[in-house]
Amino acid sequence: MRLPLVLLLVAWAAAAAAQDARRSGYADMGPALRAMQDDDAANPASLWVLEGSALWGARDGAAQRACADCHGAPETLQGVAGRYPAFDAKRASAVDLAGRIEECRTERQQAPPFGRETRPLLALEALVVRQSRGVPLAADPALAAVASVGETLWRQRIGQLDLSCAQCHDDRAGLRLGGTPIPQAHATAYPVYRLEWQGLGSLQRRLRNCMTGVRAAPYAYGSQEYLALEVYLARRSAGMPHEGPGVRP
Amino acid sequence: MSARGLVSAPARVKRGEVFEVKTLVAHPMETGFRPGFDGRLIPRDIVTRMAVSLDGAELFAMEMSPAIAANPYVAFPMTLEKGGVLTVEWRGDNGFVAEARIAIAVA
Repeated sequence: MRLPLVLLLVAWAAAAAAQDARRSGYADMGPALRAMQDDDAANPASLWVLEGSALWGARDGAAQRACADCHGAPETLQGVAGRYPAFDAKRASAVDLAGRIEECRTERQQAPPFGRETRPLLALEALVVRQSRGVPLAADPALAAVASVGETLWRQRIGQLDLSCAQCHDDRAGLRLGGTPIPQAHATAYPVYRLEWQGLGSLQRRLRNCMTGVRAAPYAYGSQEYLALEVYLARRSAGMPHEGPGVRP
Repeated sequence: MSARGLVSAPARVKRGEVFEVKTLVAHPMETGFRPGFDGRLIPRDIVTRMAVSLDGAELFAMEMSPAIAANPYVAFPMTLEKGGVLTVEWRGDNGFVAEARIAIAVA
């Protein structure tokens, strides 16, 4: 009884994937890199997950509270990462996962924020994201307005090379740039261990990378512009399974 | 300091069966040949030795060089006659020490 149901589900997923022209960057990687991402024992992001697990249980700040004191085991956050960026009712704005962790840190733990792209923040982010593997990404409907700002930024030509994100990642995805395949830029695996960085980095770092690539002045980490782009990308990738923390060349 | 090394292997293996042990250690592996933002060379900071021991007896050790990428990944095959605790220890520049262990049972 159960096996035919599973087969039916697999067939349905395969059919759905066949209709979906969207490709995760994972599909464009070589077999060695795909194996590296799939095997937790070989995926270097596991080192950040390990560090995140240690931080998860560590009491900190004036409140002397650990993540575990409120949330319990990290597994309770299963699927949560797929819902970010989300609408933060208290601030009436969008908040991404890193921002949410920082908010927890400053408000609940009453500790100084880690700061964007710092090792402990990425470690906690990697730990939370690992709990959402395979969960489809969901776009928060409350962020429609922010998503349209993000789409405007996505289509805006920037930098000395006068290129927009869309010109490469929508119009020329699948072609090559200097011998490297241009991916469709789906934000399905962040934070990623990028071989070029020899470390873990967030989506904002990746966006910064593209911005400096077209010789534009990058936005500041945590800025509203990056957030809007993250919201738009989440909408663009909605329904695709979360792979994070992934590996990318 | 403690949460720096990872070692993965099957929890149970058959006697004499070849299985793979995979290790990862968080380390920048700074080569000593790269100039920093100020133009001066960044001093070398690498893992120099990785040693694997079973229940305290060293099985093998390897020397590591600046040509190895950050967060070194080392995998090796092995067999066991009886179960034990496999310990991997990394030592490096500036007093770097990391250790990870895993218990493997033999059926």
